[in-house]
Amino acid sequence: MAEEKSSLYIKDKDVVVPGEILAIGLDYLPGFGTYRLENKIIASRLGLINVDGRALKITPLSGKYLPKRNDVIICKVIDITLNGWRLDTNSAFPAMLSLKDATSEYIERGADLSKIYNIGEYLMVKIVAVTSQMLVDVSLKGPGLKKLPPGRIIKVNPMKVPRIIGKQGSMVSMVKKVTGCRILVGQNGVVWIQGDTINENLAIETIKKIEQEAHVPGLTEKIEIFLKKRMEKKEKSDEK
Amino acid sequence: MTYDKRPEGRKFDELRPIVAKAGVIPNAEGSAYFKIGKTVAYAAVYGPRELHPKFLQNPEKGVLRCLYNMMPFAGMGDRVRPGPNRRAKEISLVTEKAILPFINLDRYPNAVVDVFIELTQTDAGSRCAGICAAAIALADAGIEMREMISAVAVGKVADKIVVDLDYSEEIYEDGHVADIPIAMGNVSQQITLLQADGYITREDLKKCLEIAKKACAQINEIQKKALKQKYEGSK
Repeated sequence: MAEEKSSLYIKDKDVVVPGEILAIGLDYLPGFGTYRLENKIIASRLGLINVDGRALKITPLSGKYLPKRNDVIICKVIDITLNGWRLDTNSAFPAMLSLKDATSEYIERGADLSKIYNIGEYLMVKIVAVTSQMLVDVSLKGPGLKKLPPGRIIKVNPMKVPRIIGKQGSMVSMVKKVTGCRILVGQNGVVWIQGDTINENLAIETIKKIEQEAHVPGLTEKIEIFLKKRMEKKEKSDEK
Repeated sequence: MTYDKRPEGRKFDELRPIVAKAGVIPNAEGSAYFKIGKTVAYAAVYGPRELHPKFLQNPEKGVLRCLYNMMPFAGMGDRVRPGPNRRAKEISLVTEKAILPFINLDRYPNAVVDVFIELTQTDAGSRCAGICAAAIALADAGIEMREMISAVAVGKVADKIVVDLDYSEEIYEDGHVADIPIAMGNVSQQITLLQADGYITREDLKKCLEIAKKACAQINEIQKKALKQKYEGSK
């Protein structure tokens, strides 16, 4: 039998749209966000295509956060139950923080749990389990997991979080250093910022800028220049 | 009677001019603007988010909710009374049924995806414009879709088979009018919406479906472009 030639209809790093035919032929394999129909590979999500050898997979550009095990996220306490707290995860599914995962201190039976974490407070937690029905269990036991002190909360596109953090946290640590703010980024797209009002504003503006330009190569340098300019401007106005 | 000239000198198989944009409503998870001729539809997608009241939840997969709404000033004549009426409820339902087969909500049990379609101006073909806008908005919201959904009205005015009827053609008086809105996916070309107003012969219906396929393919290109523009524009 004559071997049929497979052809690719897109280039690496192209933006693809659901229903777009990516490749025809059996030489290519469907990865995340794609599926095979007869001999065609078709996109099922909006995103950037990655051609990884024979496999085609999509990095989504939009969409809500979907809870995943071992993610560290920032949550808001929305309810208090008999044995723990219910948290809003900035996704379609609320999370449960049980007493046992919250603290190692002794808590008396029938104690008022709102004295420990009250409704409306923010916690940095780690997801320990996600069931098929998307019941999410979180824990406060681990390095860096805690109740967040007063600060500002902003929400960003969860797909852009890796870019905001940068390689080994390079991006976020730069913003921290220049603005002097304390910043924590949750995998679910919730960002907590604490500092002077002016610096907080600058940090928020910077993070929004990073989110918008997440696909630009060499973004770290660009943001560095942006921050430098802003700080010089601020110093000048301070002198006046 | 023969019908030999369409308004604005359109060809019988020509669509009205289309403008499509993605991401026009910042607060929504995904959104779109779709204008075909003088019909303007906005779609906004919220979610997946928690569904209340709880008895509406489906533990096996997510629920899709569509709302079609014509604004009071959107009609061609009198003010449209605001709120859900019989017609709006029916169109909301058929829109939902037109979209659902092409999207995958398996990963969102007990959750809901809300689609709000608002029409600010109408000149016939509003349910098709609504579906086209909703499809762009759903893709923009990052919902998994097997295919892009495009919709168009086809029909017969007097003796001619036409595509994308406007209001003056729908109320054409010198002959019989059949108006058939159709929605289909772009890959399999499976039809998920097929309504008919007026009567039409079997042969003519077949011709209508053929012409609808071509028109939907054109609309699909425009939808694709709208989505790519949003994300490539800043590239």
